[in-house]
Amino acid sequence: MSTINPSSGRDVPTGPTLPHDTVEKGHHWRTKDDEFDAGKLGMWLFLGTEVLLFAGLFCGYAIMRMLYPEAFANGSHYLNWVYGGANTLILLWSSYTMAAAIRHTQLGDRARAQICLVITWLCALAFLLIKFIFEYGPKWAEGKRPGVLFDYPYAQNAMEPMWWSLYYAATGIHASHVVIGMGLIGWLIIKNAKGWYGPKNYLAMENIGLYWHIVDLIWIFLFPLLYLIH
Amino acid sequence: MSSLDSHAGSAPHAGGHHGSYLTSKGSLWADIANWATTVDHKKIGVMYLTALLILFFLGGVMALAVRLELLEPTRSIINAAGESVTTGQRLAFLAGDGATANNIYNRAMTLHGAIMTFMFIVPGIPASLGNFFLPLMIGAKDVAFPRLNLASWYVYVFGSLFALASALVGGIDTGWTLYTPYSTMTDADHWRLVAMVTGVFIMGFSSIMTGLNFVVTVHKLRAPGMGWFDMPLFVWAIYATAIIQVLATPVIGITTLMLIFERLFNFGLFDPRMGGDPVLFQHFFWFYSHPVVYIMILPAFGVISETITVHARKPIFGYRSVAFASLGIAAVSFLVWGHHMFTSQGELTAAIFSFLTFFVAVPTAIKVFNWIATLYKGSIVFNTPMLYTLGFLFLFTIGGLTGLPLATLSTDMHLHDSYYVVAHFHYVMFGGTVIAFLAGLHHWWPKMFGKMYAETPAKLGFWLVFLGFNVTFFIQFVMGAHGMPRRYASYPDEFQWMHIISTVGSWMLLAGFLVHLFTFIHALLQGKTASANPWGGMTLEWHADSPPDEHNFEHEPIVKHGPYAYDRVVPPHTDPQDYPLPEKSDPN
Ligand code: HEM
Ligand SMILES: [Cu+2]
Repeated sequence: MSTINPSSGRDVPTGPTLPHDTVEKGHHWRTKDDEFDAGKLGMWLFLGTEVLLFAGLFCGYAIMRMLYPEAFANGSHYLNWVYGGANTLILLWSSYTMAAAIRHTQLGDRARAQICLVITWLCALAFLLIKFIFEYGPKWAEGKRPGVLFDYPYAQNAMEPMWWSLYYAATGIHASHVVIGMGLIGWLIIKNAKGWYGPKNYLAMENIGLYWHIVDLIWIFLFPLLYLIH
Repeated sequence: MSSLDSHAGSAPHAGGHHGSYLTSKGSLWADIANWATTVDHKKIGVMYLTALLILFFLGGVMALAVRLELLEPTRSIINAAGESVTTGQRLAFLAGDGATANNIYNRAMTLHGAIMTFMFIVPGIPASLGNFFLPLMIGAKDVAFPRLNLASWYVYVFGSLFALASALVGGIDTGWTLYTPYSTMTDADHWRLVAMVTGVFIMGFSSIMTGLNFVVTVHKLRAPGMGWFDMPLFVWAIYATAIIQVLATPVIGITTLMLIFERLFNFGLFDPRMGGDPVLFQHFFWFYSHPVVYIMILPAFGVISETITVHARKPIFGYRSVAFASLGIAAVSFLVWGHHMFTSQGELTAAIFSFLTFFVAVPTAIKVFNWIATLYKGSIVFNTPMLYTLGFLFLFTIGGLTGLPLATLSTDMHLHDSYYVVAHFHYVMFGGTVIAFLAGLHHWWPKMFGKMYAETPAKLGFWLVFLGFNVTFFIQFVMGAHGMPRRYASYPDEFQWMHIISTVGSWMLLAGFLVHLFTFIHALLQGKTASANPWGGMTLEWHADSPPDEHNFEHEPIVKHGPYAYDRVVPPHTDPQDYPLPEKSDPN
């Protein structure tokens, strides 16, 4: 897709009848700005809870890695950094298109915003496809499974099941966040098509954008921890 | 609800006035639909209150069952197979086949603990009284995210049903702490445990939603003129609680997820046979569950700060230190989780946690001293809210002081997992939070429903609860110190007389709660109409109608005096009943 200069401020006329022009503030707010700030603050708090949720997983990872360094070094050799790397790039790119969608919305360019949203959604889909088709599927089939399900005959270390437990838990919970993200972005796409978002009304898009950046950020931590550190 | 409506029959007012939030919408179905989809924080508060009281009742029935079982030490029944079993068989109707009496005892005990902690006391005050009064007290029309608020109620009810479903399929016997590795091994059937743990996970979401909503509300919706230090102390307490809710709950979220994985797929993280570490679970669990103790008690502190000033007609002593103490407690609460694990960690770690734990006592003591100083030379009115407030001070002090031997390594080695602990946490959770909850419920009842409750039976209820509570739980300190371990259905005969006292006390408690139930129902049906400010309070909720208007205030209030400026506007030693507010803070 072409790069768009977000600061060009291109004047794209929007019909006065589109819903985003007439969105009212909630009755309990003094001003629309207050409402907007509150929405942002709420989202940041929520993202804090997401970070703390994953912090628990990272804690578990750190402890088990300290206890069983060989198993974990071994484990990461089973992962192919090319898939992980490709997924990292995809998510980074989608973070960019998400941000661009918000920028276009602020500038009133609904059509370009829509394109960016669709690209973001497709990136999420691509991420999941890579994860499931090239990683989870084959590994599961070979017996590289978590905990008692572990059934890989060539394991080199008795503690390898533990590595797989953490791998599946961390990437699985992350993947579920990607799925939720797809749902949210899909919802944005539908509402944007109906003209709900514009320069005066983009809080939902911005908040979902923030959520999507966190999903990206967490992956950026998971990728080196799982794929790169030996 | 239409029978509660004090505006019934009157023509709708013009302009800003919408009628009480309890105004009926017409038919019963319209009312039900209206309540089920409401985004009004007051209705949601009442819905929480209803759900909480139902769960409290269920948890109470379980407690009575457990106590009933403990009336006799052992083996009073010979079963069909000719072997003697414990009297837990009395509870056998609760179980399917194959369950032994001990099993049933453990399940009833677990259900009691899980209901009381996860479903009653954690959401308790914030979700019911907090939801109703936080916006009113800061002069707002609603919480920041009304729809999220409604969603959190549904999530809470759904999560509770999920967790209770585990009882329907047989129940779990792990204790509410769900310790591994037992929780990954008990019984053959995964689903009961997974149902309970998933329920806890779901309720965590509700807790986060509520907390987040309150933090944003306090930051963004205070009335014009209300600075941080003009906020009522209940608001400070709910705010500090909300911060803990947001910071601690994600940790139980990930812990419960791990436990579910562990149970379903034997992940091995907590299973020593697979290289895992069972104590790791305890760390995760208590990193949440210690702060949760303050999620339970801080709102109670907030309630007491309100009731004590209003019913003693004195500005609270040391307002700022009480407010900061809430935040201080919130902060320290994250550092002391290890004091639940003295027996399962190294000496140095234990010593550090023991040392840190004493710090919690500092802000807590500040509060207690401030409350007592507030009472000094106040014009104390001995009505039910005040009786409960004094009851709180008495019981919570016992609860707090008996915690010190538990925070001290050497004595804890002896008292750990004995009935002493049971007595201690009941003095704190029940003697503290539940008693404060009752104080708050009576204090705010006229505002919530526009009806006064009858003082005399309510006082009778107080005395039954207060005495019943002490009869039930004080003797347990003695039992515990003499070596009676907790969580056992059978015990040596020498403890029986103490168990009998305790069980009789639990029946007094039941009587007390039934009296309260009666006074509340009576108040709804036939109570005297309450005025807007029956106690002469100065916080903003008393500026609203009783029951409040649908949008809380006719005009947005403007704050012109602090929340407890009794010294400025009310001459000391006047009769506080129905003291008119000095200035209605209307702009016009
Ligand atoms: C009617 C009053 C109550 C009675 C008679 C009662 C009685 C009991 C008994 C006998 C136990 C088992 C102790 C053991 O063997 O370890 C217990 C445990 C417990 N109770 Fe209560 N209780 C009452 C009210 C409450 C309230 C109001 C709360 C909290 C709000 C509460 C929270 C707990 C908890 C968390 C446990 C621990 C369960 C466990 O060890 O897993 N109880 N209670
Ligand atoms: Cu603790």
